[in-house]
Amino acid sequence: MAILVVSENWGGNFKKSTYEAVSYANEIAKQMGTSTTALSIGNVSNETLQSLGKYGATKVLHAQHDKLNNFNVQVYASVIAEAAKKEGSQLIILSNTFAGKSLSPRVAMKLQAGLVTDAIALPSSVSPFVVRRKIFSGKAFSNVELTTAVKILALAPNSFHLVEANASATIENFTPSFNDADFVSQHKEFKKAGGAISITEAEVVISGGRGLKGPENWGMVEDLAKILSAGTACSKPVADMGWRPHHEHVGQTGIAIAPNLYIAIGISGAIQHLAGVNSSKVMVAINNDPEAPFFKAADYGIVGDAFEIVPKLIEAFKEYKSSLN
Amino acid sequence: MKILVCISSVPDTTSKISFKDSSTFNADGIQFIINPNDEFGLTKALHIKEAGAATITVINVGLADTEPVIRKALAIGADDAIRINAQPTDAFFVATEIAAIAKQNNYDIIFAGKESIDYNGGMVAGMLGELLSVPSYTPCVGMELQATSVTVECLVDGGKEVQTSKLPVVVGGQKGLVEEKDLRIPNMRGIMSARTKPLQVVQPSASAHHELYKGFELPPAKAGCKMVSKDDVKELVNLLHKEAKVI
Ligand SMILES: Cc1cc2nc3c(=O)[nH]c(=O)nc-3n(C[C@H](O)[C@H](O)[C@H](O)COP(=O)(O)OP(=O)(O)OC[C@H]3O[C@@H](n4cnc5c(N)ncnc54)[C@H](O)[C@@H]3O)c2cc1C
Repeated sequence: MAILVVSENWGGNFKKSTYEAVSYANEIAKQMGTSTTALSIGNVSNETLQSLGKYGATKVLHAQHDKLNNFNVQVYASVIAEAAKKEGSQLIILSNTFAGKSLSPRVAMKLQAGLVTDAIALPSSVSPFVVRRKIFSGKAFSNVELTTAVKILALAPNSFHLVEANASATIENFTPSFNDADFVSQHKEFKKAGGAISITEAEVVISGGRGLKGPENWGMVEDLAKILSAGTACSKPVADMGWRPHHEHVGQTGIAIAPNLYIAIGISGAIQHLAGVNSSKVMVAINNDPEAPFFKAADYGIVGDAFEIVPKLIEAFKEYKSSLN
Repeated sequence: MKILVCISSVPDTTSKISFKDSSTFNADGIQFIINPNDEFGLTKALHIKEAGAATITVINVGLADTEPVIRKALAIGADDAIRINAQPTDAFFVATEIAAIAKQNNYDIIFAGKESIDYNGGMVAGMLGELLSVPSYTPCVGMELQATSVTVECLVDGGKEVQTSKLPVVVGGQKGLVEEKDLRIPNMRGIMSARTKPLQVVQPSASAHHELYKGFELPPAKAGCKMVSKDDVKELVNLLHKEAKVI
């Protein structure tokens, strides 16, 4: 009856979103009077697995096998469903990462479970089971009731805080019964995104728009990002013109992000752009047009020429950073 | 080659979202379009058709008011259409209804969007893959077709995963599958021919519902933007640290 939380790893390491999911699962477990079991798929050291205890997992199922070395949506979904059955879990939590988004609907179908993707808060009630999520690309919210016996929630990264529980986790090897029919898709290659910080996980994102005039002017955006350990994003036309790679395009038709801080430089603030970034906790707009719509959505704004302001801002952040040391 | 493209009818991206009461979406004055993520899949299907032989069927779960959007898909080149006559209230229902049709017709490729831009559930592609016991690739940003197999590129955290599979497969499309400039605008001939292309309306097979949308809310209004002088950018750093506490 424990809650099962799928603990995603990247090359054997957990990220903050993994611990957020465990914290979230454990808060619901407390509400429902049960415990939290984590499932980890792939090669992860025991020491790393133990760290899941810190956020409340009292048991970790470790599915480690040559057949699990590469992500395969069919195989992984079967492993998750089998672990849920083994634990008798009525509630399964995943992170709403790319992997979580592709896995959760398949697991839901296998278990005839109701599913809420992009969940942003604890259930407001567990009976009936109601969870809040974003809709219309963040232009609105809805409360969704799951009416099934088994339920699955995919938690939006950076929407739930870490809660330390300091439990100690027992680690149990879990060998799934593989199903040959799941091995249709073959891994060919992983293309790592150019060393940059992923914008879906970054706590700070610096973004540039058409106001930056050309790709040659992104040096200052990257410099600012470096100082703040930030990811870099851009508006749609910037990606369409090939100034920046497509994976940086944020908005309604690009990637939706929710960092703590989003700094928009030379971006007008079109409704489609805002739809992908308005879940950011704090937004800063820098634009030479005082009438730019972004100022209606931003928390802080500076009116002026980006080519003058950004270099000054880089200096100011540098000074701030060195004052911390 | 038989291709099925799932399309959903969604409010235009410029729409201001509002609700008539806490449980009814206000569609007054809203222009409905083919879900942009589905349109990338439809356009990819057109490329496949033009490079070889393929028939393209579009499928929509919706009431009669979605027909203009279905006709648009026919006008830009789909061959025929199926509308499952029901309100698409949750992904479990939509996927189960579409899978029931797909099982009768042996499609080689099924395109869905990575998500619809209204409810953003992102569930249909994966659920279809599971119901049909085939791979589901989402969000898919690149696809190359060989005779009986595909090589796809999907976004994963930290990069792109390249995989290959025999057909059939389900693909959750988004930009990248084709580029923005590849998207088509219907021309007069297309619009005329769309009027006579077959649009079959079928009744739903009474699949279950698993998710109930209970109430809608708009985000709280922002407190207002605090302006900082361009001559005092240090003040911004200070505010982000002390007031907003995000650095
Ligand atoms: C179906 C559809 C989907 C879309 N989806 C998206 C999406 O997902 N994401 C997205 O971003 N857009 C999307 N768009 C496009 C959107 O409508 C806007 O066109 C786009 O966001 C504008 O990009 P921008 O702000 O970079 O450029 P612009 O609108 O050209 O704005 C440039 C801004 O830079 C400012 N500027 C100029 N020079 C300077 C300077 N020296 N210093 C400071 N500021 C300066 C200007 O005042 C202006 O506000 C979509 C559009 C459609 C129709």
